[in-house]
Amino acid sequence: MFDKTFLENLKEYRKKWDADVAKMPQDARPRYMTVSGDDVNILYGPESVNMDKYLDKIGFPGEFPYTRGVHKTMYRGKMWTMRQFSGMGTPKQTNERYHYLLKEGTNGLSVAFDLPTLMGYDSDSDRSLGEVGKCGVAVDTLADMETIFDGIDTSKISTSMTINAPASILLAMYIALSENKGVSSHKLRGTLQNDILKEYIAQKEWIYPPEPSIRLITDMMAFCSEHVPMWNTISISGYHIREAGATAAQELAFTLADGFQYVESAMAAGQDIDVFSKRLSFFFNAHQDFFEEIAKYRAARRIWAKRMRYKYGAKQERNWLLRFHTQTAGCSLTAQQPENNLMRTAFEALSGVLGGTQSLHTNSMDETLALPSEKAVLLALRTQQIIMNETGVTNTIDPLAGSYYVEYLTDKIEAEAEEYFDEIERRGGVLKCIEEGYFQRELAKSAYRYQKEIERGERIIVGVNGYVMDEDIDIPILKIDEGIAEEQISNLKKTKETRDNDKAKRTLAELTECARGTGNTMKAILECVRVYATEEEICDAMRPVFGEYNEPPMF
Amino acid sequence: MADKIRVLLAKPGLDGHDRGIKVIAAAFRDAGFEVIYTGLRQTPDQIVTAAIQEDVDAVGVSILSGAHMTLFPAILKRLREAGGDDILLFGGGIIPDEEIAELEKVGIARIFTPGAATTDIVDWLREAVKNNKSDEKIM
Repeated sequence: MFDKTFLENLKEYRKKWDADVAKMPQDARPRYMTVSGDDVNILYGPESVNMDKYLDKIGFPGEFPYTRGVHKTMYRGKMWTMRQFSGMGTPKQTNERYHYLLKEGTNGLSVAFDLPTLMGYDSDSDRSLGEVGKCGVAVDTLADMETIFDGIDTSKISTSMTINAPASILLAMYIALSENKGVSSHKLRGTLQNDILKEYIAQKEWIYPPEPSIRLITDMMAFCSEHVPMWNTISISGYHIREAGATAAQELAFTLADGFQYVESAMAAGQDIDVFSKRLSFFFNAHQDFFEEIAKYRAARRIWAKRMRYKYGAKQERNWLLRFHTQTAGCSLTAQQPENNLMRTAFEALSGVLGGTQSLHTNSMDETLALPSEKAVLLALRTQQIIMNETGVTNTIDPLAGSYYVEYLTDKIEAEAEEYFDEIERRGGVLKCIEEGYFQRELAKSAYRYQKEIERGERIIVGVNGYVMDEDIDIPILKIDEGIAEEQISNLKKTKETRDNDKAKRTLAELTECARGTGNTMKAILECVRVYATEEEICDAMRPVFGEYNEPPMF
Repeated sequence: MADKIRVLLAKPGLDGHDRGIKVIAAAFRDAGFEVIYTGLRQTPDQIVTAAIQEDVDAVGVSILSGAHMTLFPAILKRLREAGGDDILLFGGGIIPDEEIAELEKVGIARIFTPGAATTDIVDWLREAVKNNKSDEKIM
């Protein structure tokens, strides 16, 4: 990009400039660093980044290696989807919230399930005590999913479901409820999180050990390639890895390593990479360090494209694309002066958009206090609409490309991720690293370092260790009625009484047999769901074959 | 020199958000406490059994799922039933102020919320265990 003599002269001049700067008084901050704890220089210039291979490294949007974006037209062609994650209480309450969000202009639904549902327990289980409907909506049988989507045309919207260990069951319910309304599974659009590897690493909502869990996933991928071709089967997630304490580079590296593992597992199961891989998508966190985050998304696209093309041999260009959803960082929000979270979320959302996200969730300001109120959810959605309509950032593609700092960070994060890939391989691969607690320890270390930086005052968090105020928090808080567990349990009882119990028993026994053999578990699960078998019954049917996962506690 | 403070940390409830409790575990360890971390999804019975067996001074639990009003009192009740009257129960999580007041009223020694500094938690526990022990001696 620049000729050699020019760069050499520039480097010489830079030395002189640095020497001048070193003599000048500066702010007494102990360190200048990114959110990830990496030191940052006072200035970046052409001497900081190698732009010689412009076309190989940066190039054009919609062209390999997609650093600048996955589409040639980006937001002029297709705006990102404003997908607000929500769900709470009973299926009926959630259905009401969805009708509200659709009326206010959201264009994709995203279902949050309660913890018993995420863990494969029914609302009447002992394990569910106090948890029913708390962090999301409770789903026990197909009947609940029918209520959630009542009056919503599943052929017209795309639906994302944040569910992992029991993902097959919830997708089966979505297929069954749509079929009952006359919508074919070929028309369904949406995403299942279904990323069990990051559960072992960070979010910890598992049922079975890794190997049978991977089988459930590859069975579903095979099923979807045939019957639900527009469905995104896995949303390979860095979000939770970041929330658990990862740095930007760790989030990127561990997430992509999980992605490589799914690709390798599906290929080992005999699936065609050019069929299944176009349905893999990603989910990243948007943390507070604006430039670092933008660099992370750009590096992610470049790494994935290169691997898919060169290492795994995907032939179709669209299978080289890393498409991703972004959610602003829950862990960056503070309980203190909660209105400040509006600003944090806005900056984070902006980094997701400048980083070329395909869909976005903006957190609500009150989420460190409770589930978001309707007003807080609306403000979060309006934040996205302001970015889209008023800031001008969508006019031109990847406007920060060519920024010396952003290109430097993009290269740096890519190199750090590559180092992690080597380390993971040296340790015997992703599954081995999970088993030995490698990822878990790395995250705990980073989380502790971050906390220490705050407590030493190296990092100021407004309202927490700087600009502290005595305050009465007066933002309205949504409370979940304790009575919903009763309502849910009574509905479950009714469903169990009115269904054909012989059929339920038979399909469950067939599922156990299928799990024991080599059949496709997704097909067998769909049969159970259709006759209103409960989520826990279905999970239990596979438990004797697959066993249960237990994590050795460590810190 | 006073005996080392022994503290059991656990995560009851179904959620897997263990970032906070692991940070606290590391901070306690660095403060010289003996830390027993029993991990995720511990039932009240499991927590109490471990606390009695390990003969700890305090039990700290982290709940971020919204089940705190059910779980804290359940653990406290079993702890008292099992004869662990001298064991402090404290915790942390996303818990609204008025519910903190209710929990502290029924005997939870202290609830910390997001943003609490680990140094404050360490100092508090050191003091609380000391006071708790001197109370015992008086009785």
